[in-house]
Amino acid sequence: MSDARFVQLLDLATGLVLVSAFVAVWRKGLVAIVRSLTVQGVALATIAMLLGLHTRDLEPVIVALLLLVLKGFVLPAVLLRVVRSSDDTREAEPIVNVPASLLAGAALTLVAYATTTALVALDPSPQTKAIPIGIAVALIGFFVLVSRRKAVTQIVGFLLIDNGIALVALLATAGVPLIVELGVALDVLLAVLVLQVLATRMRAKFGALDLDLLRELRD
Amino acid sequence: MTVVAALVLVLPVAAGTAIGGFGWRRATAWASSLAAASVVGAGIALAVHVVNGHPVTTGRGFIRIDALSAFMVVVVGLVVLVATSYGASYMRTELELGHTDARGARTYGVLVQLFVTAMLLAVVVDNLGVLWVAIEATTVTTAFLVGHHRTRASLEASWKYVVIGSVGVALAFLGTVLVYFASRHAGGADASLSWMALVHTAPRLDAGVMRLAMGLLVLGYGTKMGLAPMHTWLPDAHSQAPAPVSALMSGVLLSVAFYALLRYKVVADQALGPGFSQGLLVAGALLSLAVAASLLLAQRDYKRMLAYSSIEHMGLAALAAAIGTPLAIAAALLHVLGHGLAKAVTFCSSGDVSSLEGTTQVAGVRGLLARRPLVGGVFGLGLVALLGLPPFSLFASELAIARAGVGTGLAWAVGVAFVLLFVIFASVVRLGQGMLLGEPVTPADPQRAGRLLAVPLVTGLAGVAALGVSIWPVERLLHAAAAVVAR
Repeated sequence: MSDARFVQLLDLATGLVLVSAFVAVWRKGLVAIVRSLTVQGVALATIAMLLGLHTRDLEPVIVALLLLVLKGFVLPAVLLRVVRSSDDTREAEPIVNVPASLLAGAALTLVAYATTTALVALDPSPQTKAIPIGIAVALIGFFVLVSRRKAVTQIVGFLLIDNGIALVALLATAGVPLIVELGVALDVLLAVLVLQVLATRMRAKFGALDLDLLRELRD
Repeated sequence: MTVVAALVLVLPVAAGTAIGGFGWRRATAWASSLAAASVVGAGIALAVHVVNGHPVTTGRGFIRIDALSAFMVVVVGLVVLVATSYGASYMRTELELGHTDARGARTYGVLVQLFVTAMLLAVVVDNLGVLWVAIEATTVTTAFLVGHHRTRASLEASWKYVVIGSVGVALAFLGTVLVYFASRHAGGADASLSWMALVHTAPRLDAGVMRLAMGLLVLGYGTKMGLAPMHTWLPDAHSQAPAPVSALMSGVLLSVAFYALLRYKVVADQALGPGFSQGLLVAGALLSLAVAASLLLAQRDYKRMLAYSSIEHMGLAALAAAIGTPLAIAAALLHVLGHGLAKAVTFCSSGDVSSLEGTTQVAGVRGLLARRPLVGGVFGLGLVALLGLPPFSLFASELAIARAGVGTGLAWAVGVAFVLLFVIFASVVRLGQGMLLGEPVTPADPQRAGRLLAVPLVTGLAGVAALGVSIWPVERLLHAAAAVVAR
């Protein structure tokens, strides 16, 4: 694979990661939001694979397979189960409406570019130049987490943050050491499973998955 | 020594396996205390070995125990010993009252041991990536423990705990990745996440990247440590979890996150000079003390009172870390030990108070000392220890933090901190006084708490008091551990 082709494909895949984050902000149907996470997971796996082919290294290839299984299939499947087990498959009117949310996403992307100048300056390679995208996706994840009311969309926000950080890890260091990568993947999977179980218990207890109901504990 | 180092991790796993295999019985419950006691023993053996500055490494450098790690193993072991010994009788009561069943008790026992294993792994591993994995694993294992009672409130607490905790720790992961990125571009030997290797390359790490990384790490691990403004999950989780779990979370989990920050501080200070992490830590420390002071003023729930007291004490530890002299670090570590034990004892006895009185409201508990001398006495003395009064060791460590701070440029911060401490002192005294000495609203009923239950708690308090009288047993270890951080 030539360098030019590598850069082209890398930019395409990172672009897809960002676009799918915006889709998650834009759509209100929970199923569509989860689908956008699937796309994002596959794009992340593609980036890892590209890096592996580019550097002729085995480790990123293993990471790519791990990401594909975990973020492309398992995590979206878990989320879909949460969505399908409830009759209510649409996001309630979010605290911030969709056009404003999209503008906020754009602003956060600019913030991401502004905060990462030090990284790009240290090593101005095509990989490093794409790092701001990862930060942007993580920031958008934060935004989703604080501006949505459904339990499912909060998990989506958490996963966007996680995907953004995973993208930074891939681009900055071609993946952290494999043992750490495995531990991270396991932790994320367990955290999402825990949240799924808690969501199920909440529905049994509260009758809905609306986080506005969580207001018993306060000072 | 390498066998002893491995035992630290093997023992809790073995105890967890026993509980998983045989269920929650008298024998397996005590096996978990025995495991904790053995961890303390192993920690002391390791401490004696490494106190002269020769760390124990095993597993091809995967595990590396220096004086700081050995000290943390001892702290974790001691608090776990108190919490699991108390937990045995706590669970028996829960089972008798029908609050949980055999299956719930087994899950509880296994999760507690996994949680303990994760904390111990965090403090002995020489890889900042695995350190992160271990700390995130504590969130996952404690999530269901927080929600053990399955009430609306505990469900709400565990949801917030997992979401805020995981997101916070995700920031710390981003920080870890950036540190790794910086080390790959620092030239020299192979890049790795080994703390030891990073300390060697630290002066060559890129300052711009490290600044971003350290900011994220303080935010991320600060969330787990309960530093304001990322503390919002803490009062909910610590007040809703079963008492022995609150004891573990308040007593040591916060300190394990503090330990992670101490490790990174060494690297960041060499790359950036001490000013950067000092600024971040002072801001977090003073804000935490201010939050604790303002929310204790009108606190109505005594478990939340204890939770805010944890935020206060972590703020003090962060302030000492910001001061950063060897005396300040030694004081911070002594504070971590004293607070860990005192808070474990107080949270455990608060579990008794709430099960005997049937409420966690301060106003619902009156005249405890006269009606239930044992429980009330332990709870009261625990509060006295947490207030930083002599003879308890928190008095000595708070004094040492103040002394260390006055000589440096942070005298103003110490001044502000002690004003806030005074406000906290007054609030806790007011709340505690009503609970312990106030006019009883309900007639006295027979004492239900067993004597056996009080043994670990009284022993824990006696330990904090003994350390306050003389820190001789841990003095050399404290100085050796402080030398790891402050050089």
